[in-house]
Amino acid sequence: MRPVWLLCAIAAMSVAVKAQSAPPGASSCSGCHAPHPGQGAVMPPIAGRPAPEITEAMAAFRAGERPGTVMTPIARGFSPEETLAIAEWLERQR
Amino acid sequence: MRGFRACSSRNDSHPRRRTVLAGLAGSTLAAAIPRPAIAQARPKVVVIGGGFGGATAARELKRAGADVILVEANPVYAACPFSNEVIAGLRPMTAQHFGYDGVRAEGIDVVHASATGVDATARRVTLGDGARLTYDRLVLAPGIDLRFDALRGYGEDAAEAMPHAWKAGPQTLLLQRQLDAMEDGGTVVMSVPANPYRCPPGPYERASLIAHYLKTRKPRSKLIVLDAKDTFSKQRLFEQGWKALYPDHLEWVPLAAGGQVTGVEPSTRTFVTDFGRQSASVANVIPPQRAGSIAQIAGVADRSGWCPVDPVTFESRLRPNIHLVGDAIIAGGMPKSAFSANAQAKVCAAAVAELLAGRDPTAPKLINTCYSLVAPDYGISIAGVYRPQSGVLADVEGAGGVSPLDAPPETRKLEAAYAADWFRTITSEVFG
Repeated sequence: MRPVWLLCAIAAMSVAVKAQSAPPGASSCSGCHAPHPGQGAVMPPIAGRPAPEITEAMAAFRAGERPGTVMTPIARGFSPEETLAIAEWLERQR
Repeated sequence: MRGFRACSSRNDSHPRRRTVLAGLAGSTLAAAIPRPAIAQARPKVVVIGGGFGGATAARELKRAGADVILVEANPVYAACPFSNEVIAGLRPMTAQHFGYDGVRAEGIDVVHASATGVDATARRVTLGDGARLTYDRLVLAPGIDLRFDALRGYGEDAAEAMPHAWKAGPQTLLLQRQLDAMEDGGTVVMSVPANPYRCPPGPYERASLIAHYLKTRKPRSKLIVLDAKDTFSKQRLFEQGWKALYPDHLEWVPLAAGGQVTGVEPSTRTFVTDFGRQSASVANVIPPQRAGSIAQIAGVADRSGWCPVDPVTFESRLRPNIHLVGDAIIAGGMPKSAFSANAQAKVCAAAVAELLAGRDPTAPKLINTCYSLVAPDYGISIAGVYRPQSGVLADVEGAGGVSPLDAPPETRKLEAAYAADWFRTITSEVFG
């Protein structure tokens, strides 16, 4: 039984599963930021935005130079490198 | 993330039967019969629980290429966030209702049934009607169960006289109707449990909005909050708001002042503490909680009643190949919130996809954000960032925090608008 099961399992996995390559933290963003602007929406969409726009905004939040609410404490949880990875991933989301 | 007790035979439609049979045939064949690798040989994931965590996990796993069956007892989900506005007469209950058409449209088999058994060795789930579903990986989003054994006198029957309204649905409307029927001059009493429980700031948002209702509609009335704790989430912000807005309508009694409720008497709507008794015109009992019943059934809850998980894969520490997300898990610093459940589900789904592909998931980071309303146009927030550390999800140092204490009214108004935005966005992402 076991070799057959293994063989099938390996075949199945290699066919079907795509890697989710979101860098650490990135998948949380869409809890608030919709992929497209909604009716009466206040929070800006960030998917598909240029990466430098995101990294600059996050750097300003982190430094307390941009007035923010939840983004200030969130930005302080990510290093510039982590933020860049998220920004580049967001840029690829459409 | 609702209970899994209700299982109506009326839900036994043809699509559902097809789903179950197809699921059975697919898994059995994939597991047992030698055949060449063809397109339908995809890994099979069963998700139990269709709330913020479960429905998100199902969608993400489907997008990752797995065959996904979502088992949820209720055909319509009633969301807890914003249900305090329903209680205070500020919002219709229908705004809390979400169906599963959007989830089905992703190609996910949604089965409206109760799950009654989980065999972790055989990797098999049993449904209320005896049907069986096999899986490669199982994701549980059990939500919470109310502990009807924790407060003397507070059983399921007592919840009719003294609603908990801590699972959105008929209980939400019951508490709303009782407030509506109360004569001006009445006393509303709410009891709040010790940690941990679903939505740490939730009782204080509810207290705020009930006080707002009393102030605007029944100004000779008052709310007393009996609390089993001395400190709570966003405390200084709430207390600042209460002092400014509700000085005559809201009294908070902490543990140190005798606030811990040890029992109730439903026939007279009386709360009993170690120091005295308090009767109410309207009584809201938020009882202690534990992971939803499927967690006990699957053997993934520990003696605390909650579920220990690996913080990278969200796999149960007690049973292999079973992953957990949402309110039911022991998540370290991460609170039990809809935002957390959604964020955990996305990370968990990515990890499950990696494991199914034979790769090791990398360490994640997760965010939580919780908004609370102190009044309809007065929002406050808490946010945090978390990462695996020493086997749990720990706060990232230097990150996280709450709204500033000295913010102007425009900021409170903006955060109330953000709260409404968040609810629209997350429910759209989860339910489509």
